[in-house]
Order: sequence, then C-alpha cells, then structure tokens
Amino acid sequence: MIATMRIWIADKLPAWVFLAGLLSIWQLIVVQEWVASYLLPSPLQILDTTLEMWPDIFAATLSTAQSILWGLGLSLIIGVTSALIFFSIPIARRAILPFCIFFQTVPIIAIAPLLVIWFGYGQPTVNASAFIVSLFPILANTLTGLQETDPQLKELFRLYKPSRWQLVFKLQIPSAIPYIITGIKISAGLAVVGAIVGEFIAGGGLGSLIDAARTQQRVDLVFSGVFMSSVLALSLVYAINLITGLLFRRRPYLRQQ
Amino acid sequence: MPSIEVQQLEKSFSSNAQALFSGLSFTLDSDECLCLLGPSGCGKTTLLRLLMGLEKPSRGTIHVDPALDEKMSYVFQEPRLVPWRTCLENVLLPLELTAKNNPAARNRAVELLQKIGLSDRLQHFPAQLSGGMQMRVALARALITQPKIILFDEPFAALDERTRFHMQDLLLELKARLRLQYVFVTHSISEAVYISDRILLLDNTGAARDIRSLAFSERNQSLKLTPAFNAVVKEYSSLFGEMEDSMNKSNAAKPKL
Repeated sequence: MIATMRIWIADKLPAWVFLAGLLSIWQLIVVQEWVASYLLPSPLQILDTTLEMWPDIFAATLSTAQSILWGLGLSLIIGVTSALIFFSIPIARRAILPFCIFFQTVPIIAIAPLLVIWFGYGQPTVNASAFIVSLFPILANTLTGLQETDPQLKELFRLYKPSRWQLVFKLQIPSAIPYIITGIKISAGLAVVGAIVGEFIAGGGLGSLIDAARTQQRVDLVFSGVFMSSVLALSLVYAINLITGLLFRRRPYLRQQ
Repeated sequence: MPSIEVQQLEKSFSSNAQALFSGLSFTLDSDECLCLLGPSGCGKTTLLRLLMGLEKPSRGTIHVDPALDEKMSYVFQEPRLVPWRTCLENVLLPLELTAKNNPAARNRAVELLQKIGLSDRLQHFPAQLSGGMQMRVALARALITQPKIILFDEPFAALDERTRFHMQDLLLELKARLRLQYVFVTHSISEAVYISDRILLLDNTGAARDIRSLAFSERNQSLKLTPAFNAVVKEYSSLFGEMEDSMNKSNAAKPKL
C-alpha cells in the first residue's frame, strides 16, 4: 500500500509541482501588473469568476457535453455500420470511400454555416457538427481493423466452413475491436472541437459562453470556458479508458504484437 | 477401402518454379498412421494442406474416402488459438461454426480438457498458458469434432523434450483407444519411427520413399532406448542421408545459369 503510494507520488508529483510553480508565476505576473489584468486575468480571479458564474458555466458545460455524446455516439453507430458495409461490399467501398475522404478534408468551420441553414440555431446543429468531425476516424479505423484480421486465424476458421456472418461476428469484429477503440479515442478529441465550433455559430453551450464573454471583454470568463472545455475532453478520455480497461479485463482482445 | 488415395500428384506455386512431388502416388489404408519426413522445403506441409483441401493440386488427384469427409481434423504447426476466447471456448469453436454446439458437446469439451490435464484452466485465455498447454488445447480442439483422421503439421516442434514425449504418448493412446488415424509431419526421425506405422520420406527433387511396417509390439518411451528401435532409426537416418546426397549431386549436375 505504502509502496504503491510512493510509486504514485514519484510518478505524479513532478507534474503537480510544475503546475503549482506555473500558477504562482502567473499570479505574480498579474499581481505585479507586468501584464494588464484585462488581457491576462490571474488564476485566482479566474477561479473567483468560475465560482461566481458556476450555474451558468455548469449549464453550458452540460449542454456541450450532451452534444459531444450525441455526436460521438452517432459516429460510433454509423461509423462501425458503414465500415461493415464497405468491408462486405467492396464495390460500395470503391464507389463511396473516396468521397468520404474528400468530405473529411473540408474544414468543419466552413460547413458549420450550412448546418445552421439546415438545422437552425441550437443543439441539433451542434450535434451534427460534433458528429461530422468524429465520424471518419471511427469509420477508417474500423475498416482497417476488419481488413487486418490475422490470416492464420482466418485459415483456421475456414477449416470449419463458416458462414459469412459467423466469420464477421466471431472473427472479424472481435479482431477489429482494438482498432475501433483507437478510432473512438481520436474521435473523442475531435468531437469536443466540433461541438464548440458548432456552438460558436449555432449558439448554446461553452462555445457561445466563450464567444459572448469575448464580446464583453470578460477575459476571465473566456478562461473559465476554455478550462471547462478541456475538463470535458479529459473526462471523456478518462471515461473511455475506464470502459475499455473493464472490457479488456474481461477479454484480451488486443493481440500481442 | 483406403482412407486416402493420392495419384500422380504435383504442385507448383508459380509457373516457372520447380513443381513439388513430381508425380507422387501412395495410398493410406484405413488402419495406418503415417509420418511425412523430409528436409525443409520438400513440401511436407504442402502435402498435408493438399490432403486437407487447403490447397488444390496442380496435377494429379487426391481421393479421400467419402466416409471421412467430415471426419478430418487439422493441427497447425503453432497452436493457433483465438486470443480472446477461453480454453473451453477455443475447444468449442469448431462445433459453434458447424452449429453443433450443445450442452452435451460442452460436457465433452470439459472432459477432453480434463483428459489432457487442463481441467483447472477451462476459463483461462491462451496468453495465460504455456506453449505446451496451448498445443494441448489445439489438440483438444481437433478432437472435439470426433474425427477419424487428424493431419498434424509438426505440432510438437516448438515444445521442450519432456512435453514432446508426453504428447507423443498421448497421441499413441488416442490411436489405440479411439482407433484414431493420423498423418504426421515431422523433422525428427526418432519421433517418426516412434509414433507411426509407416513413413513417407520426401526429398527436394520430388522423389519419395515409402517405408512400411514399423511393427513394435509395445510402444512407450523406454522403447526408444532399445537396440531394435535405434537400429531402425539409424537405418532411416542413412537412407535420409543417401537421399540428400543424391539430391546434392543432382543439384550439382544442373547447369548453372
């Protein structure tokens, strides 16, 4: 117990010490008025604002979190399904995948106004924005996973003349699981970006909180919004790690390399 | 009626490569256990894959007794277990894929695993087992379909000597108890003499030598220490040597390009 605590401290302490140092220097710079506080508010001031505005900030964070989960969840369902379709129907892959890649290169900020025209102001547009940016990594990773099934295992299955669906569900999808998880991790970060960009344009959530604070020159509130959006992204990564950890503890899907 | 009848067999993997087996013919009687012996690259594994139907012959025919058609199993050179399936699930895989999985089959799988000394490992995953244990699971998987004949591709090559001897005896026991027939690829002359009734010596030129009647009244590991056994091994070693010599000569006689 003490040994594990010692390891934990040795592992994490440097980062905490560095953070404390950084915040102290920041606080010092602002208190000494080397930089004007309307450009760079001090950490304590940001904390004050966050506590004071907590109900608004919390509501905004919740709304953004909802959009992220919507977008990511939809990406997972549609991404994996379309990867399965592309994998089973090669002609569909050759016909459609190039356009998915092309679509992927169009920046979300350029599409967002279109989304507003189609879905109106508010959450549906934000959900769509989070969905669009997070779809492709899941789709592409799942497709790779399905295609990279161990040829030796495939040969083993072939001995027993399995049906196409048996091959997909008992071999190819389980082999693709590590790839799908990598796709979700990449998409999670992107979904946060997509949601906040969507909110800049369609309103609602942390995006419009940050945008409104900017127009009112409330730099401290901008910082609160930025801080909360990174808290969101971090919790998402943490939750995904927790869930996949539980999954892998039950079944070792990852192949030893 | 012979179990397997091979006639004028030839196999080449590309049009300009030298064909394997140059017209190999042999029949395997319904009570025989055969070992395929020969240097690397002579086509032992390919012959086994041809017998299993994993490859198609370039020329010649392979006729397998129709009664054996669904009664053939294959054990690869490596255990080839599915990493995300437990021991028990790995053993049951062939039945799942052929839709013959039922409670009775499950009991049989548990019994099989007990018989090979893995009763306390039913719920373990392959990565938690030693190489020898994994090979035993692979053997149980081959046996679960209640085959009449099993094709083995150097299955014990990677095992330590003690485990290897143990597996050889297990094989002889299965042969006696279940009247199991096998075709066994190996590099080891003494292994071949110990476990088979008949040896097919192959060489790189495609020539084959058929050695019958390895009749030892009783087979156990102490047999390997008897002069009679060693005399046989020595005889085949020299045969093996002769074949390699003639092969080298024929290679030397070929004009260099």
